[in-house]
Amino acid sequence: MLYNKGLLTQKAAAVMHELAVTESILEIALRHAREKNARRITGLYLVIGQWASIVDDSVQFYWDMISEGTIAQGASLHFRRVPVELACLDCGQNYQPSSEELVCPHCAGTRVQVRSGDELRLEAIDIE
Amino acid sequence: MPERIPVVEKILSANDRLALENQARFEVARVFAINIMASPGAGKTSLIEQTVRGLAGRLRVGMINGDIATSYDADRAQAAGATAVQINTGGACHLDAGMVRSALGQLNLADLDLVIVENVGNLVCPADFKLGTHQSLLVASIPEGDDKPYKYPGMYRGVDAVVINKIDLLPYVPFRMDFFKQGIEVLNPGVVQFELSCRTGEGLPAWLDWLERQVQTFKTA
Ligand SMILES: Nc1nc2c(ncn2[C@@H]2O[C@H](COP(=O)(O)OP(=O)(O)OP(=O)(O)O)[C@@H](O)[C@H]2O)c(=O)[nH]1
Ligand SMILES: [Mg+2]
Ligand SMILES: [Zn+2]
Repeated sequence: MLYNKGLLTQKAAAVMHELAVTESILEIALRHAREKNARRITGLYLVIGQWASIVDDSVQFYWDMISEGTIAQGASLHFRRVPVELACLDCGQNYQPSSEELVCPHCAGTRVQVRSGDELRLEAIDIE
Repeated sequence: MPERIPVVEKILSANDRLALENQARFEVARVFAINIMASPGAGKTSLIEQTVRGLAGRLRVGMINGDIATSYDADRAQAAGATAVQINTGGACHLDAGMVRSALGQLNLADLDLVIVENVGNLVCPADFKLGTHQSLLVASIPEGDDKPYKYPGMYRGVDAVVINKIDLLPYVPFRMDFFKQGIEVLNPGVVQFELSCRTGEGLPAWLDWLERQVQTFKTA
C-alpha cells in the first residue's frame, strides 16, 4: 500500500518536470507566431542535450494536452538530441563519456570542458 | 505553404527572467540566498537545522521549503530558530522561480541575513530551474552510494559547493571516496567540498565558517 503510494508520487513528480518544460515551449512558440501574424503553427524544432533530463514521450504527451485549442494544436514536435561531448584540457582530445566513466579515456585527465549536451532550446517553428 | 522561422530561445527563459527578479529582491534587501538540492533523505533539513543552530546569534536565517505534501521540514527549521515558509509545490518535482517569488511575499527580508531554500528532494531536474539564489549547494550522503556524480551529472555541474553528509556511516557502508570525488572533479573542477555529519556534528564548523564568510563577503561587497 505505502509502497505503491510512493511509486505513484514518484511517477507524478517525474512527469511534472516535462509539464513545466512543455508549457514554456508553447508560450515561446505562440509568442513568436503572434509576432509574425501566423494563423497556425505546424511544426516545432527542439534541441535537447543528453544531459538535459527530458523524456521526449512525456513532452509529446503534455504537448497534445496543452496545445489543444491553440493555433499550435496538431503541430508536430521534432526532437534533435545532442550527445554529450567533453573536451579534455590536458590532451586536447574530444570524447563522449560513458555512463560509468567521466575521465578522459585517452590520458585519464580530469580537467574537461563540456562542449555539448546540456542544450534545451526551441530552434525554429513552422508557421502558416 | 508553411514558413520556417528561427526562434533560438532557451526553453526555460521565462523562469530565468523570474529568477533574476528574485535575485534583485535579495540584492536590495542585502540578503544572501542559497539553494540546497539533494536526493530525498540526504539530510537537507538536518543540515539546515544544524546551520540555524550553529549560526544562532551570528546570522538571522530564513528558510523556504518546497515539500510535495507536508510542512514537516518547515516546522523543523522553525523549531531550530529560523523563520520558515512552506511552499506548496502542487506535486512538482522541483521549485521554480515563481514559487520562490510567492514565498518571498511571506518573508520579511529586512529582518534576515541569509535565506536558505530547501529544494524538493530529487536529483534529476531542480538544477535546471534557477531560483534567483546567489549560490547553490548539493548535499550528497554516504548511503546513497559513490556513483551519484556519474548518474546525475547535471546536478553536480552547476553547484557552488558540495556537502558530503553522514560520514558517521562510512564504517558501515561501502563508499569509495576517491571514486566519488573524481566524478565531482571532472564535472565541477575545484568546487568547495565539506565532509560532515549532521548526526555527530563532525565537520560542521568548516561548513558554518564558510557559509558565514559567504554572507559577510556578500554584505560588504
Ligand atoms: N547517520 C546519519 N543520519 C543522518 C545524518 N543527517 C541526517 N540523517 C538522517 O537522515 C534522515 C533524513 O534526513 P533529512 O534531514 O530529513 O533529509 P532531507 O534531505 O531533508 O529529506 P527530504 O526533505 O525528505 O528529501 C533522517 O532520519 C536524519 O536523521 C547524518 O549525518 N548521519
Ligand atoms: Mg527535508
Ligand atoms: Zn585527455
